Amino acid sequence: MSSPPVKPRRRLSLSSREAIWAYIFLLVPLAFFLFFRLWPALQSFRLSFFSWHVDPEMRNFVGLQYYREMWAEFVAKGPIYRALRNMLYYFVLVVFGQVSIGLISALLLNSVERFRSIFRAIFFAPYVTPAAAVAWVWGWMYSVNFGIFNRLLSDWSDWVTNIGLPWLAIDPQPFLTSPSQALIAVSVVVIWQQVGFQVVIFLAGLQGIPRQFHEAAAIDGANGWQRFWKVTFPLLNPVLVFSLVISTIATLQIFDQVVNINFTDQGGPLGSTLTIALYMYQQAFEKFRIGYAAAVTVLLFAIIMIVTLIQLKLTQREVEY
Amino acid sequence: MVVSSRRFRPGRLFIYLALAVGSIVMAFPFVWMLLSSFKSLREIFRFNFWPQVWTLANYQEVILNTQFPRWFMNSMVVAGISTVSVLFFCSLVGYTLTKLRFPGKEFIFLLILSTLMIPTEMLVIPWYVMATEYGWVNTFWGIAFPGLIPAFGVFLMRQFFQSLPRDLFDAGRVDGVSEFGLYWRVGLPLVGPGLAALGIFNFVGNWNAFLWPLIVAKSPSMRTIPVGVALFSGEAGTAWNLIMASAALAVIPVLIVFFIFQRQIIEGVVLTGVKG
Repeated sequence: MSSPPVKPRRRLSLSSREAIWAYIFLLVPLAFFLFFRLWPALQSFRLSFFSWHVDPEMRNFVGLQYYREMWAEFVAKGPIYRALRNMLYYFVLVVFGQVSIGLISALLLNSVERFRSIFRAIFFAPYVTPAAAVAWVWGWMYSVNFGIFNRLLSDWSDWVTNIGLPWLAIDPQPFLTSPSQALIAVSVVVIWQQVGFQVVIFLAGLQGIPRQFHEAAAIDGANGWQRFWKVTFPLLNPVLVFSLVISTIATLQIFDQVVNINFTDQGGPLGSTLTIALYMYQQAFEKFRIGYAAAVTVLLFAIIMIVTLIQLKLTQREVEY
Repeated sequence: MVVSSRRFRPGRLFIYLALAVGSIVMAFPFVWMLLSSFKSLREIFRFNFWPQVWTLANYQEVILNTQFPRWFMNSMVVAGISTVSVLFFCSLVGYTLTKLRFPGKEFIFLLILSTLMIPTEMLVIPWYVMATEYGWVNTFWGIAFPGLIPAFGVFLMRQFFQSLPRDLFDAGRVDGVSEFGLYWRVGLPLVGPGLAALGIFNFVGNWNAFLWPLIVAKSPSMRTIPVGVALFSGEAGTAWNLIMASAALAVIPVLIVFFIFQRQIIEGVVLTGVKG
């Protein structure tokens, strides 16, 4: 070390020197969080109370006007109503699908040793790929006239008709062009893309359960089914809560897939796949209703707050182990 | 587990079968995309599994007739800048919050943690207002700035530094290592696995980012890959062969990165889940 071993006169005590260095290290990061996270979040609140103008001086206070508009639109079953209703549908389909398929896959993976990491990698791969690009692939597979799914359905129908079982035939499906099927079709894509995350989380959780617990239960005569519900499931609870929360929050923010899977009618048909995030985007960046869009994001923030608070409540209870 | 595995051999076969079917479902969209990207437009509509004539014409068309190489470079630059920043600042904050003593530590940590609750959707409008005001639209800085220090990264690095003993740093201090040196030369080398996981995870996340780049990269030459591919595909109509080629160009690089760094990436996910 080049610095002299003994300093002639120390002006600061060691502890205040340490504190000063800490603040120096935190200076840039704290500025970042203040300017690019907290301030913009507050700004969104502010913008939701003002009419929009590029020049800040020209923005007028309008109070709760945008929130009232939102409410009127909700009551009239307009787009905001559809976006919120879809949010609920996406939540039910995607979260349930992801968590159940993820848990089952993890249980299967956990019970084999060979090829485990290969299977895990294949399940996880979609999670790292750009949703915007992947949605195009799925959009094409769902295509009514040019898609592989309807092609397979018609091949299947031809085949069962040929072997004399015509009642097994399935008609071509409208998929993304049907208001009743589009949301399910999009949910399948979201589940496909994110289920690998759940698999990895659950697998890690399962591997964290001490082997002795299962062995003890087995010695006590518990069968596989009982061992799952009485040993695995309760011990997996913290992981389950985490995975529920992560998938719920991701579901509330679905955007990339909906935009790209039906590019010419984003959120369609008839708003049947519209999400809050897409609605915010359309209002802010296509219709330039900035104040209104800001109010929509405040609503989204409130919903995420509620989900997080529920998570805190749940984890506080589960941590007791 | 050992006991049951001996007893249920046929069941095991069934498990492998189920996993194989699951893997086929998971991989099929990629396989179909890839195979279709080598077919001519005429062949695309014939639904053969394998291309009868393998052609690179689709890739040629996408690469030569769009600004794809430019988008690729944009994505690399943005993901690269942000990853360097993320690695440096997240580890620095993680180190400071665990290994240095100062008033307000808990408060600062909670402040950073609380920003995790703010959804990106709530930030993009003020960011855009900011970006137009300061002339950041259509710049690398404009695309990259929101992701320079993610709270999640701070949280992850804090976990890693927490497991290091304080004595190590006190000993360094006695030896006359500077405060920055303690972080840089003593701390950082010990959290290598954490840095690897965070770096790769962040690179992939930035590579895939869509909402903000779509908003702030207005000019075609500033688009990132997902935005470029999306808008190109939107104009391609039913030229599915071209759309599949462009999707493949966006997907393949991350898949390659994923299969090389699979262990670190999955490790990173596990850490967020189990420790988080």
